[in-house]
Amino acid sequence: MLTTRRLSGRALTTAAVVVAAVALLPAAYVLIRAGEGGVSGAWNVLSQPRTFEVLLNTVGLTAAVTAAAVLLGAPLAWLTVRTDVPARRLLTVLLALPLALPSYVAAYAYVSFLGPRGLLQGWLEPLGVERLPSIYGFWGAWFVLTVISYPYVFLTVRATLRRIDPSAEEASRTLGQSAFATFRRVLIPALRPALASGGLLVGLYTLSDFGAVSMLRFDAFTRVIYIRYGLIDRSGAAVLALLLVALAVVVLIAEMRSRRATAASLHAGSRRVCPQRLGRLRWPAFAAASAVFVVGAALPVSVVCLWLVRGIRAGEPLRLTGELVTNSLQASTLAAVAVVIAAWPIALLAARHQSRTTRMLESASWIGYALPGVVVALGLVSFGARQAPFVYQTMTMVVIAYLVMFLPLAIGPMKASVQQVNPAWEEASRTLGRGSARTFFGVVMPLSRSGVLTGGALVFLTVMKELPATLMLAPPGFSTLATQVWNATSENFYGRAAAPALALVLLASLPTALLAIRDEIRPDKSRRPVEPAPTGPVAPALPEPERVPVGAGSR
Amino acid sequence: MKIRTLLGVLVVPAFLLTACGSDDDSTASTPEDNGSETGQNDDGDADDAEPNGDAATDGDGGSLTVYSGRSEELVGPIIERFEAETGIEVAVSYGDTAEKAAQILDEGPNSPADVFFGQDAGALGALSAADVLAPLSDEQLGQVEDEYRSAEGDWVGVSGRARVVVYNTDNLNEDDLPDTINGLTDPEWEGRIGWAPTNGSFQAFVTALRVVEGDDAARDWLEAMQDNGTQSYEKNGPIVDAVASGEIDAGLVNHYYLYPRLAEEPDLPAANKFYGDGDPGALVNVAGAGILETSQNPEGAAAFVDYLLSETGQTYFVEETWEFPLVTGMESPEGLPSLDSLTPPAIDLGQLEDLQGTLDLIQQAGIL
Repeated sequence: MLTTRRLSGRALTTAAVVVAAVALLPAAYVLIRAGEGGVSGAWNVLSQPRTFEVLLNTVGLTAAVTAAAVLLGAPLAWLTVRTDVPARRLLTVLLALPLALPSYVAAYAYVSFLGPRGLLQGWLEPLGVERLPSIYGFWGAWFVLTVISYPYVFLTVRATLRRIDPSAEEASRTLGQSAFATFRRVLIPALRPALASGGLLVGLYTLSDFGAVSMLRFDAFTRVIYIRYGLIDRSGAAVLALLLVALAVVVLIAEMRSRRATAASLHAGSRRVCPQRLGRLRWPAFAAASAVFVVGAALPVSVVCLWLVRGIRAGEPLRLTGELVTNSLQASTLAAVAVVIAAWPIALLAARHQSRTTRMLESASWIGYALPGVVVALGLVSFGARQAPFVYQTMTMVVIAYLVMFLPLAIGPMKASVQQVNPAWEEASRTLGRGSARTFFGVVMPLSRSGVLTGGALVFLTVMKELPATLMLAPPGFSTLATQVWNATSENFYGRAAAPALALVLLASLPTALLAIRDEIRPDKSRRPVEPAPTGPVAPALPEPERVPVGAGSR
Repeated sequence: MKIRTLLGVLVVPAFLLTACGSDDDSTASTPEDNGSETGQNDDGDADDAEPNGDAATDGDGGSLTVYSGRSEELVGPIIERFEAETGIEVAVSYGDTAEKAAQILDEGPNSPADVFFGQDAGALGALSAADVLAPLSDEQLGQVEDEYRSAEGDWVGVSGRARVVVYNTDNLNEDDLPDTINGLTDPEWEGRIGWAPTNGSFQAFVTALRVVEGDDAARDWLEAMQDNGTQSYEKNGPIVDAVASGEIDAGLVNHYYLYPRLAEEPDLPAANKFYGDGDPGALVNVAGAGILETSQNPEGAAAFVDYLLSETGQTYFVEETWEFPLVTGMESPEGLPSLDSLTPPAIDLGQLEDLQGTLDLIQQAGIL
């Protein structure tokens, strides 16, 4: 550990602190704003029965979406990794695709499809169906958020499943345990970290989502905050945003707890597992998994295609230019690179030096992800215009906003990757007389490539969908596909929104597909001496480092 | 194949970092590498990153930054025309009216904005109340009737937006609807009406209701509507859709949402009922503009406001956005009543800035 200790010298910690400080900027703004109304002002907001109601709404929605995403994502992961279901690779890609849909597009597509007098009702009309039950409110928001966020769990669990050494399961079966008991006592404990980090991504995504809850008219915090901002009562809104931060912290603590309770030792098993034979259930299983894809991606995209067709028939302009595509790609690429660079210090520290400070820094990086975009954006507006006017409304500012919002997406997979680099390699490099910097660039970084790639891809596709910060902070005149979709839909020109929306989904689905199949790609025979090549984790999975002594943690 | 290329594209940034990574599976170079902007400075102090490159090539008239709460879909073309005719370069930052106003307040003295162009008198009133708007010239103010401009003389209405009830023509005739919005609380309309409580225009209307009839009456009306099962929607647009599809029979919206939809689908079974007689339901709100005190280019900003009030500007709003022209002597859009024939409630639109009170009221009624 000598080398990494050097590496994590003062410079690394300083860098990590700087990054965490930037990530906390919007939260600081929220605090200042909330303080403006004074204690009485804050109490005024907090004491309203309505606030409590919204709190319950938000907690309920977050819990329900997270639970459902886990119950949907984990079995699908098992199905595509451990069984002989037909067309596994295709299914894997299809099941990841809902990630490429912005929540506002998915929600609106569902409103127009399932609305009381939507498309579906139109088809059922001949059968005497006058109106469908309302999809607005809790259940609608829960449904839409679940079907577009379960891939976080799906990908995380898949990555871990592929690395679990099957010998423990086989031993359990040999000892006469039933398949179910094996699942419960061997697999679940091993998957716990993956379920926790996938669940965390889903939970905080739900907390900060505005698109779906506003379209489906469910009063979660984001929607109510937005309304308050709309009224230019920013201190009242900030008090609510603080509550949201507090909720995020609670979720983060819960996630850490559930992680610590685990002590499953993972081996980067490269041995192929005999797939579970499904027998007669093969095709039904395939059909069930396909149905999830249809609901999560195919159906909303079809609705958007329908708008496109209608729009073209009505002679609507397509509103899709090369410039929009270039701008979107530019923003996403810059963000992916910047976030990956900024994530290094925290990822390294978190992987190699678990301490209270490190955990604090890591948690700090999550706060921006949990805040609604409009709050982050206004925080950076206030900071940028007053303290840094020279970068205000430049691409730099936009990239900083993306960094604040999406840092954890990169930290998770990068940390997991670094954990898989055997410290012995670094020590060898140092013994051969290389400095710590050269060791980092020559050994650690190439070996943790997969985490960088995963993190970069996640950030890339998420930025592609981002709206509020782009609207507020981009240089005037800079439009992206997402802002163009907003522009058209805000005036209700759905025909005009369709082309940019489809282009957006298409571009975002490329990195999504990449994420899904990455772990299917055999690593080339590397000419480097690598440990039994771990095909890196595919999402913020947290494999327990192999050096965990057996029995660590509490059982 | 595609996957390898894609891998390459995404790996490039990572390899830029490593500088000497193993090059076995990095698909050495893809056509995209060279073009990608990864070489741009993305951290640290950037120079201005104007998307269109040379920001420095100001036209003769210099350059102007407009914060627009009106979407590009609506006002992009007229702004382009202004640039072409005056040689002034306009950079527009689009967004929601209230958000853009909030952004200006948050930016403080360093706001890059020269002009605020919003679609709600309330937001203009809020900026006026925060003393961030500069006085306009008498000439500009004089082109518009008193009721459609700021009493302080720091913003001016450009186009008018009437509140109407949009109704489904398959299910209703115009005469079936009550003559005043108060009639919509009748049990007969239970569950058949839509509104958008979070929408700025709706809130402006409630503010008008408070100004005209007092807070108690306004609260009573809101509660009665709520008790009557009035359906909430996010925006005006979805209400028009819901009315057209028969999800509801009628909705409280701004008048101009219907016409573009009719252009998309001429057979849409929906029409607008204009209210009158000073009924609060007949409020005419405005989209208007103000110039910031901190503007670096007040001449350019004034030219922009002039242009919106010019015949070209006014004609544009009539023909393209189906709004009422506010400059005296201009004709209304075809098929719409004239602005004079509308008898909106007699209130000062500047009074619409008390949104906070309106919000509290809407909340008390249990609607938000």
